[in-house]
Amino acid sequence: MLFATTAPNPKAYLIVAAVLFCIGAGGLLMRRNVIVMFMCVELMLNAANLTFVTLARIMGDIRGQAVVFFTMVVAAAEVVVGLGIIVSIFRSRRAVSAEDASLLKG
Amino acid sequence: MIDLVWLIPALPLLGFSLLLLTGKRIGEPVAGYIATAMTGGSFLLALGVFFDLLSRDGEERQVTVKLFDWLKVGQLDVKVAALVDPLAITMVLFVTGIGTLIHLYAIGYMHGDARFSRFFTYLNLFIFSMLCLVLADNFVLMFLGWEGVGACSYLLISFWFEKESAASAGKKAFVTNRVGDFGLMVGMFIMFNGAGSLTYLGVFKVADAGGFTRNAATAAALMLFLGACGKSAQLPLYVWLPDAMEGPTPVSALIHAATMVTAGVYLMMRCFPLLLVADPIVFTIIAWVGGLTALFAATIAVAQDDIKKILAYSTISQLGYMFLAIGMHANAAAAFHMITHAFFKALMFLGAGSVIHGMHDEQDVKRMGNLRKWMPITFFTYLAGWLAIAGVPPLSGFWSKDEILLSAYEGGGLGVTGAKVLWVVGLLTALLTAYYMSRQVFLVFFGKERFLHSVGSGFAPMHAEADTAADEHHANGPVTPHESPWQMTVPLIVLAGLAVVGGAMNLPFTKSLERLAVWLEPSVGTHEFVSSGSTKFVLAIIATACGLVGIFVARMFWLQRPLDANLALEPALLKRAYGVDALYSNIFEKSGYALANLVATVFDGKLIEGVVNGTGSLVKLVGGNARKAQTGFVRNYALVIAAGAVALLTYALVRTL
Amino acid sequence: MGEWVVFGIGSLLTLLGGLGVVSSRHPVHAALFLVQTLFGVAVLFVAQEAHFLAAVQVIVYAGAVVVIFLFVIMLIGVDKTEDIAFEPLRGQRPVAAIVALLGVVELIALISLQKGFGGVSPKVYEGTNVEQVSTAVFTDYLFAFEITSVLLVIAVIGAVVLARRPSLSSTSRTTLTGV
Repeated sequence: MLFATTAPNPKAYLIVAAVLFCIGAGGLLMRRNVIVMFMCVELMLNAANLTFVTLARIMGDIRGQAVVFFTMVVAAAEVVVGLGIIVSIFRSRRAVSAEDASLLKG
Repeated sequence: MIDLVWLIPALPLLGFSLLLLTGKRIGEPVAGYIATAMTGGSFLLALGVFFDLLSRDGEERQVTVKLFDWLKVGQLDVKVAALVDPLAITMVLFVTGIGTLIHLYAIGYMHGDARFSRFFTYLNLFIFSMLCLVLADNFVLMFLGWEGVGACSYLLISFWFEKESAASAGKKAFVTNRVGDFGLMVGMFIMFNGAGSLTYLGVFKVADAGGFTRNAATAAALMLFLGACGKSAQLPLYVWLPDAMEGPTPVSALIHAATMVTAGVYLMMRCFPLLLVADPIVFTIIAWVGGLTALFAATIAVAQDDIKKILAYSTISQLGYMFLAIGMHANAAAAFHMITHAFFKALMFLGAGSVIHGMHDEQDVKRMGNLRKWMPITFFTYLAGWLAIAGVPPLSGFWSKDEILLSAYEGGGLGVTGAKVLWVVGLLTALLTAYYMSRQVFLVFFGKERFLHSVGSGFAPMHAEADTAADEHHANGPVTPHESPWQMTVPLIVLAGLAVVGGAMNLPFTKSLERLAVWLEPSVGTHEFVSSGSTKFVLAIIATACGLVGIFVARMFWLQRPLDANLALEPALLKRAYGVDALYSNIFEKSGYALANLVATVFDGKLIEGVVNGTGSLVKLVGGNARKAQTGFVRNYALVIAAGAVALLTYALVRTL
Repeated sequence: MGEWVVFGIGSLLTLLGGLGVVSSRHPVHAALFLVQTLFGVAVLFVAQEAHFLAAVQVIVYAGAVVVIFLFVIMLIGVDKTEDIAFEPLRGQRPVAAIVALLGVVELIALISLQKGFGGVSPKVYEGTNVEQVSTAVFTDYLFAFEITSVLLVIAVIGAVVLARRPSLSSTSRTTLTGV
């Protein structure tokens, strides 16, 4: 199916995006260092972007790419603020580990 | 005039409401006069209705006057309506007549009591309930009155509720009545089931047309009789009536001699058409219960010392006579005796009250004597009652008792088993009745004076310090009796007159002289006595002889011999009324307590508490375990979110497959 | 053919870079692998003729976002390596692995089984890719554009406020750290 034509089936791109997304999800769940967890979130966002672009190509509608444009803007803003939070947290303690905040324990 | 029949119960109800709201402010004695006026007004109205009914012919003497619809549910259609017929108006007449006299009497008797107006409030409520009972045209309204008189009886018996014995007596009366009420209700259910209606006319029409199966009619009749036994103190539900003497004497006179206890008799007479379609054994049962009760109570009365208790057991005994008559199909005889009994028993109760009042609350006959010198009016009127109940001709009691004995003698012909035995039982009872009543009269009014110091103990009514004439006699020396005020003596005189001439209502010589029987025929049916005139005469002689023998024996022992010589005539067994109360207490109290204990500890304590507490424990358990999902670690939560997302994907995948 | 090659290289870069991010012990290594991933995604964008986005991807993501990551890593001295092997939460790692694997399998299955893409009638814009994207953004999605610019301003202000050192005078003890 995938190698049938000269151009790759657009679904191949979708699959790549899906795999990247799951890699990012797994990394988010398994790593404890918050900076690395943030990077995994970036991976997931990129996978979503890739999906959008692929679909824009499949359906011939440029508006998919417009969405990606906005997603990138928002992702950038989010990184900025998130890292700002991490920096301010780090001020009061030396370690930056995710399981330190367990005040929600029931 | 008949249309205004609703005014008859309305007046006492008005009196009740008025006194309930303003009684305390109105105070003594105006409250009493208001209550008396209301009852008196009812009596006058009743007279009017009576004459109106009299002016009509036989067949038209049954009028239903409807007031309003009351309950309309499915097949049940109960109206507040009055059935005005001879039986009803007769009952109304003597209830209101004697009621008025007793109200007047009570003004004198309850003088100085702290809750004077409250007493009359209850009395008027009672009259209202009793009138509802007898005027109702359906069983439900009658039951309302039935319960009403029961409630008023409770209120009035325990009027001096500060006394433990009075409060208990009120409770006992109510609870014992309840057993009977259960029977009445079941009877009503059976009748409704068979007839689809609860009006008298509706049920009896169905009964006459054969709409009830024999079993249903028998069951209903027996259940109704159970109700009557409760209200009219027959075996085995009589135990409340002697205790009910704890109430003030006007209460005993009105409720427990003349009116409430006759409600059962009234019920049985009303339901005669139903009894006719039941198995004949019902009549036998009624007759035997009545006869045995009469004898049983008479034997107990022989050994009592309290002046009111003697009269109480006498009432139970005379009621037994009435049921005996009903059992023999002789409803007119029962009604006749009911009326004459109301006259002489109320008279004697009021006389006893006068004696108690004059003796400053002494009630033991052994401590009285020779009161005819001190209280002449009371004495003469009491004589009339005594001779009437003893069956001495030509007073009223003779005629009515004789009618009943005659019906017992002839009862065999109607299918009542052992009728002649019951006749002998009736004669024995008559003998005993004459004996114990004479004993009472001789001990109270004749002989030596055996007064003690005034009694200020136990069973004294709550007199405020208003009895001025008696105050001088309290401190030292024996009691000096005094005659009672006019409010108390006038009713005595009126009742004495009625007791003497009341027999004229229903003389057995010719048909035209049997006025009561003829008058009541549309309501209760006829009963033709088949004996010849000479048989009747002989029977009458025998009955009178029994009465005279009783009087003579009493005179011999109690007038001519010193009291201590007569101990053998008052065996302890009779004094404590065969120990029936103790027996009931043992059976019911112990088992009831055990059952209540069982329910409280096992059912409530273990089962229900267990379920309730168990629910709590279960919630705690589940919650405690569910809490473990809240680890507090954000990464765990993130994992769960991811897992949820994957689950949704799985769902989507399954959908597309 | 040409696209296959490009696709192959781009995918390889992307996926290997992703795996690298996830499995690096040192955060700086992870950042570098992230750059590789972002670059691979840019290549895939180019293969799909989304030239404008490829450029923006490289400039913004690889150029700015990764740089800020590295700045923060250096700034707060998170150069200690994380102990990869140790997992304090019981069951987290195996379950996470299962979840991720399941996710991959199901997504691939769903994508493969998908029959057709449709339902939206495409709006055609004129010009080259850049012209098309800019026309869409500045006409149809102008409002969103303005909002995102506001969002960026907010983000900048937020970052400045968050990263401010607490004042050294003893009178004001406002704790922005909060924990």
